[in-house]
Amino acid sequence: MSAPDDAPPARPRSLGELYLTFTLLALQGFGGVLAVAHRTLCERKRWLTRQEFVELLSVSQLLPGANIVNMALMIGDRAFGWRGAVTALAGMLSMPLVVVLGLVAVYNEFSALPAVAGALRGMGAVAAGLTIGMGLKLAAALRGNPMGWLPCATIGAATFVLVAVLRAPLLWVVPGLGLTGWCYARWCIARAERRP
Amino acid sequence: MNEFLASDLPGMFVRFLSLSLLSVGGAISTAPEMHRYLVSQNGWLDDAGFTTSIAIAQAAPGPNLLFIAVLGYQVFGLTGAAVALFGMMLPSTVVTLAASRWGHARRETPGVRAFVHGMAPMTISLLVAAGSILALPFVQQPEHRVGGLLLIGLTILAMLRTGIAPIWLITIGAVVGALGGV
Repeated sequence: MSAPDDAPPARPRSLGELYLTFTLLALQGFGGVLAVAHRTLCERKRWLTRQEFVELLSVSQLLPGANIVNMALMIGDRAFGWRGAVTALAGMLSMPLVVVLGLVAVYNEFSALPAVAGALRGMGAVAAGLTIGMGLKLAAALRGNPMGWLPCATIGAATFVLVAVLRAPLLWVVPGLGLTGWCYARWCIARAERRP
Repeated sequence: MNEFLASDLPGMFVRFLSLSLLSVGGAISTAPEMHRYLVSQNGWLDDAGFTTSIAIAQAAPGPNLLFIAVLGYQVFGLTGAAVALFGMMLPSTVVTLAASRWGHARRETPGVRAFVHGMAPMTISLLVAAGSILALPFVQQPEHRVGGLLLIGLTILAMLRTGIAPIWLITIGAVVGALGGV
């Protein structure tokens, strides 16, 4: 694949760059930071390939804590050890924390204005589109998956139906389908290794 | 409503430490437990205050996890925010770093490779599902349906076909919405 997205990943050069990158991407993340993180980390900074992004996100889903915060921790840790982890975490949280606590103070003053409600609705629609668009884009990372396209599509469809349609709790869906995928992928890898 | 006292801080800290380990699938999945603890059990916040706190955190930039800080702030100001956020972050951070280092050191083993590949379809589908749930209000409310779905569709197209930064799309959405287009 020659897509620029799959170019060899770069690395953060300094703790300062790490802090600034996560601060900037967190401050752009209205209605969820993941879409901005994907664009920044995979396409602008090239710190991660799509495959690595999906990998870190998979791990984050299974672990306790916010996905995007866990991803920041792991990226920082791999670049600069625990100092990197703390720096990435601080970048992700410090400025947004100031902003959100400031918003609490002014929210009640303006929440009744129809233009404010409309703007929030418009931002909500874009946030929905960003998340769906990112998911569709990341599906390209499934090329070369040892399970083959049909099992991948089946797990994907089952996930969507369980979560979006039936509203099953993630606490059951993630370990359940995740374990199924894990076992099946393990079997596929073992089968591929037996063949010369 | 009951008053939150400084002597309640250690109890809240310990409660949030344990909630942290339950927050599989994101911090927002602990919202029902938070509601039980802060509203039903102790009466430090009322229903409206709880819902508003989450709405503000969703509208603000940054990780959704910050709703924890807003809840802490509502019950005991900046100290409450710090205690809540720190309690919620500490255990999950330690677990994440330990798991990440363990897995990264073994990333070429079949077990870890299988994990990465086996989880990928679900992880990607969860994103599309999360986006669809965010889109649901626009499908359900006829007065916002056309504008909302149009905006969602155009955003997806922009994501797939252009390199435009998400912040500009969000800005366009806010302007269109403020002018009554959604």
